[in-house]
Parts: sequence; C-alpha cells; structure tokens
Amino acid sequence: MIRPRLVTGARLQYDDVREEHLLLVPEGAVRLNPTAAAVLELCDGERSVDEIVSALSERYEGADLRDDVHGLVDGLSERGLVVDAAG
Amino acid sequence: MQQARDPWRAARLVDPAGSQSPPEAARPPRPATLIAELSYQCPLHCPYCSNPLDIGHEKYRQELETEHWLRTFREARALGVLQLALTGGEPMLRRDLDELCAGARDAGLYSSLITAGLHLTRERAEALKAAGLDHVQISIQSPDAAENDRIAGNRSFEKKIAAAHVVKELDLPLTINCVLHRQNLDRVEELLDLALDLGAQRLELANTQYYGWAVANQDALMPSWEQLRRAEEAVQRFRERVGPKVDVLWVLPDFYEDLPKPCMGGWGRTAMVVAPNGDVLPCQAASTIPGLEFANVREHPLAWIWNESGAFTRFRGTDWMQEPCRTCPLGRQEVDFGGCRCQAVRMTGDAAATDPVCRFSPHHDRIVAARESAQTDEFVYRSIKRPVRV
Repeated sequence: MIRPRLVTGARLQYDDVREEHLLLVPEGAVRLNPTAAAVLELCDGERSVDEIVSALSERYEGADLRDDVHGLVDGLSERGLVVDAAG
Repeated sequence: MQQARDPWRAARLVDPAGSQSPPEAARPPRPATLIAELSYQCPLHCPYCSNPLDIGHEKYRQELETEHWLRTFREARALGVLQLALTGGEPMLRRDLDELCAGARDAGLYSSLITAGLHLTRERAEALKAAGLDHVQISIQSPDAAENDRIAGNRSFEKKIAAAHVVKELDLPLTINCVLHRQNLDRVEELLDLALDLGAQRLELANTQYYGWAVANQDALMPSWEQLRRAEEAVQRFRERVGPKVDVLWVLPDFYEDLPKPCMGGWGRTAMVVAPNGDVLPCQAASTIPGLEFANVREHPLAWIWNESGAFTRFRGTDWMQEPCRTCPLGRQEVDFGGCRCQAVRMTGDAAATDPVCRFSPHHDRIVAARESAQTDEFVYRSIKRPVRV
C-alpha cells in the first residue's frame, strides 16, 4: 500500500443520531472510532502511509501511531474498503 | 422493482447502534435502511418481482409528490436511517429523480439507485451523479442475452450492459444484481465473469424468495439442490481467484435451509419500505398479511409510524411469539426473530406462526415438499394491467 484512498463510493460521515463516525459504503456502514476516522480522512490518494503517520503524530503531539495506522490501512485494504491510488 | 430483493440482505447492514444498551432496551430500535419504492411502473416483466400482485390497483396510482419524499428522507435520517434504496418498479421513470437524489444527499443519506438500466444514458447518469447519487445497482436476468430477455419479458440485455459501462465511466460504484432460480442458476460461472469484466465492485446473487410474483411462478423458479451446490462451488472458486476486488454476496435460499433467516433483520428493527403511494411497510410483502393496516407518510410523521403504528409494533421484538419459538431449543429468538412473517402466513395460514423453514416448525414438511415443485419453464409475467390470481 503506497498511497491509500477510499474505495470508489465509500463516504465518511459523522452520524449525529448515533454520535459516531461511519464509513458509508454501498448498502452498508462501518463504525469507526475517532482515530480510524482521522486516518481515513487523510487517505486521499495523495499522501503516503508514512505521511499520514507524521501528519497524525503532529496532531496528537508526537504519539507513535505507526503500527496503528499501518494496521488499520491493511485491515481496511483486506476488506476492499481502501485501495492503492498508486496501484 | 425488477428483482426480488433478498429480505435477508437488510440484516447485513449492521445497525451501528448494535445491540441496545440495557437502560435503553425498551425504546424501539433505530432503523438503518429506507427502501423507497418510487413507482410500480416498469419496462420489465420479471416473473419473480417482489412487488405486490395488485400493482395495478388504483390505490397505487396516486404516487407521492416530490415534497413528500424529501420530507420522508429527512425524517428517516432523524430516526437513524443511513441507507436509502431508490427502487420501484423502475425508479428512473420518476421525473424528479435528480431532485430526490439531491434531497437524499442533503438529508445525509447514502443513496443507491436500483435500476433495470434501460434509461440510464450517459446524460442521465451524469445528472444523477451531479445531484448526489452515491451508488448504482443494475439488474441482469442472465449473463446470456437471449435468456436475459426471455426472463425479463423485454429486449433489454444490451441496454443493461451499456448502462453498466456508463456507470464505470463516471466512476460511480457499480453493483450487478441477478436473481437466481432454476432457469439461470447453471450460468453462475458466466455471471461471475461478466461482473468482473464489467468492473462491478459487488455482485449480488439473490436466490429467489417466494413472495410477490415469485409465488405465481414457483414451479418454474424452484431450483434443485444440485444446481445450488454447483453454483456455490463456482462462487467459492471465484472468491479465491479474484479476492476482495469483487464482493460476491451469496445466500442459500430459504427453502433449502432448516433454520430461518432474520427476515428484514427482524420485524420493524432495521428497515422500512415506503410504497409509491406513501404507505409504510415493515417489508415489501407485508401487504399479504391479513389484518395489518399501513400508515401513510401523507398523514403521519415517520417517527410515529416506525415507533408506534400497529403494523410496525405487531411483530416487533419477541413478545408476540408462539410455540415453538417461545421456548426455542436453540435460543434463537433474537437471532432470527421467528423468520419471515409473510412466509408463515402463506404456508401455515397464521402470520404469528414459526416460519416453516424452521426444522422445529410443525409445518416444516411443507417446505421440504415445495423443493419438489412440479417443473415448468412457462412464466406468469409481471404485469400492471392484467390481474393475476394465485
């Protein structure tokens, strides 16, 4: 995974009824914790995974999020929800 | 609607609210899906259509106005609905479809157009995408052109393929849907390859459910166990070969199970259906249940209809259950919610009976016997003009 982006048709949305972040996909919804939502907002097909890690580390005051971000992107990629814009 | 919607599929949309926390357990669950049947007009005549047999009845002629639909979308979102299926009949026959797509997006709904594809030209698709449509599902009756046209009762295959290409060119997500039955199950392998060629992200293989027009055609549609086994193997091989690029949905038909499915994810639990005239139903076939009255969005707020109306509360939860559900030996009351009410009434005469698909139902032998349906290749085609008696 070089430059992750959401699969065509997936849409991030904050659900103000359930008060949580969701990834909306055709006929489905994936619940996201706030960290996952923050990662997916940065999966724009431009940034590399490492750039996403550093952008988030800055936001969260130097926390080491490398494993978290890689784990999340890989997990969503296996489910076909994130694809590689470079591939 | 041109294809029988698998009532099981509403359950796949996991309500992100999940199981309600104990202090809130008494309040009604939050719906996740609104199925908007915009019109019962349709160019196709599919013999398994899930629309009611009386689609020609005058009560359906007075279709909702644009403003009714837009208000319904907003009220649905406020109740928790996330997914909107724009379906029919053929939803593209509504002249205000662009406006409805824009209204769905404004309301915060994820919209899917469920279409036969005959009217989906590049120009129309561009306008719908610009208005905010999220996803397109195109029905195919068979991967073979002649067979497709015979099942649809209309020359439509080439137009469907052209529509699928348009969807891909516009970079909209594409689902191909095919309702499976005895007449096309042997072509599942070709169908999988066609979906891959067309660039579909999803392929929905919906085994026919026997309600709506499918009841009138059961003898021509009921598959054999051997057909289902071969089709399932083809799906398995395809999944191993292609991976997550194409998400293939495959569910064994009810009639070959011995435990019921949670129809619609449970009655009044995850989904609601709005008919073209504004009647709100817990499932597409609920009008076959005697004694249920359906409230209309012209007259009542959607929240009241969902939370309190008689039709939605009648079989909600587990209190209505009789034996053997009441003391289910497998404790599945909140797994399958007693199965399908429409199937129960059709096969046992009692809408509150256990779905006869269940091996514990005293009527399960009727399901077993139905697998041996007399076989014919003649269809009773869906028609809005011709009254049909079953």
